[in-house]
Amino acid sequence: MLLTAYLLALLAVLLAWPVPVALSRARWTSRSPFTAMVLWQSIALAGGLSMIGAMLVYGLEPLGDNLIHAVRRAAEIILGNRSSAELPFWHFFALCAAALLGTHLVFTLGLTYARITTQRRRHRELLEVLSSPSGAMERTLVISHPAPVAYCLPGGSRSVTVLSDGLMEVLTPDELAAVVDHERAHLTQRHHLLLWAFEAWRQALPWLPTSRLSRQAVSSLVEMLADDVARRTTPDGVLVRAIALVALGRSEGASEGGAAAVTTTVADARSESGMPDEGEASLASRVGRLLSPRPPLGGAARTAVLAASALLLAVPTVLLLVPGLTS
Amino acid sequence: MASLGELERSVMDQLWSTSEASTANELRDRLAQSEGQDHEAKDLAVTTVLTVLSRLEKKGLVERERGTRPHRYRAVSTREDHTARLMHEALGTAPDREAVLARFIGSVSEAEAATLRRLLSRG
Repeated sequence: MLLTAYLLALLAVLLAWPVPVALSRARWTSRSPFTAMVLWQSIALAGGLSMIGAMLVYGLEPLGDNLIHAVRRAAEIILGNRSSAELPFWHFFALCAAALLGTHLVFTLGLTYARITTQRRRHRELLEVLSSPSGAMERTLVISHPAPVAYCLPGGSRSVTVLSDGLMEVLTPDELAAVVDHERAHLTQRHHLLLWAFEAWRQALPWLPTSRLSRQAVSSLVEMLADDVARRTTPDGVLVRAIALVALGRSEGASEGGAAAVTTTVADARSESGMPDEGEASLASRVGRLLSPRPPLGGAARTAVLAASALLLAVPTVLLLVPGLTS
Repeated sequence: MASLGELERSVMDQLWSTSEASTANELRDRLAQSEGQDHEAKDLAVTTVLTVLSRLEKKGLVERERGTRPHRYRAVSTREDHTARLMHEALGTAPDREAVLARFIGSVSEAEAATLRRLLSRG
């Protein structure tokens, strides 16, 4: 039991710091964003599992020589209302910490979900009266605003893509189609679920390098995945032009047709962020991979990364359960 | 029958087009006029307009003048203000923004803008 606890703790430390730091610096991720995404998910899940698992196993160690046995004994103690004197202080402490951390993670996930859906609902209510359906495109709303803006609002069957007048003015039909394909890809690939989970992970443990790095990596990877969908039907050059035009429209406010209100809106939105700009790395690497495309990872390398992801998840699970099942 | 969403939009358009508060009856008449060619709008019931108005009130888009009978309704703020607020929400850089809605372009730094400008002028 103690050895298991130490191994899990070692894994938790590795996954909390050196592994995510190395992966966030790796350059192959932009070549195969999907594979990289799988690896990030596995790092987050295995990291959380081994963190809680290490404390749980250490805490239960005096009660039995494997987890299943020890949990049964612990249940007897609690149900039988017996004194917890058999459990030395530090073990008891570790158990409480494991329970707290587990609850904290689940609660943050739920709170983040509630906050996100409330914000989406309010946004949708305003959208309903301020925008009009685009005649040509399904599930696409057009809002009258001079700045080039495109985004999608997820919400199951009510998901919509929102485009501004300003966007449709500056983009050619080809470029517009690329933007719409990009936004639709976010919806069909359910990127909002990934962003939700990793955002909750970051809010739950903001001081942990892995939660911040993985959040950043995931938001950059989903953009690349969506770009890749748009590239199936659009030449890279057209997509790059669309990105550049929209980005410049954003950074200059609405340069020509811009009413004062619009410029302040964009300026406000930009100055609002007190934190370092996380979008930066993402936009630069996004355009970089379109301008000088590199071939995706080879089949062997991709298989290796996917296998490593599976292994990462398997190790803590096996460490936790197998000793109990085999004895 | 037009959908509630469409009705909400037309009612707001009517309220935004005048600075004075209107009753549900007046709104119904103006809606019927403005969409004269659309025969559906003509047989719009006042109760439907009232339903739409109360929905809009709940959403904080419309306010009712107390004390007068029949109630008079007005838009809480201008269309431009609402649009500005909506865009502020869409473009905002709050850390959880990306989880709420997926933007084509997030934030753009000065250095990136310069690079992109060069790119555009070249191509």
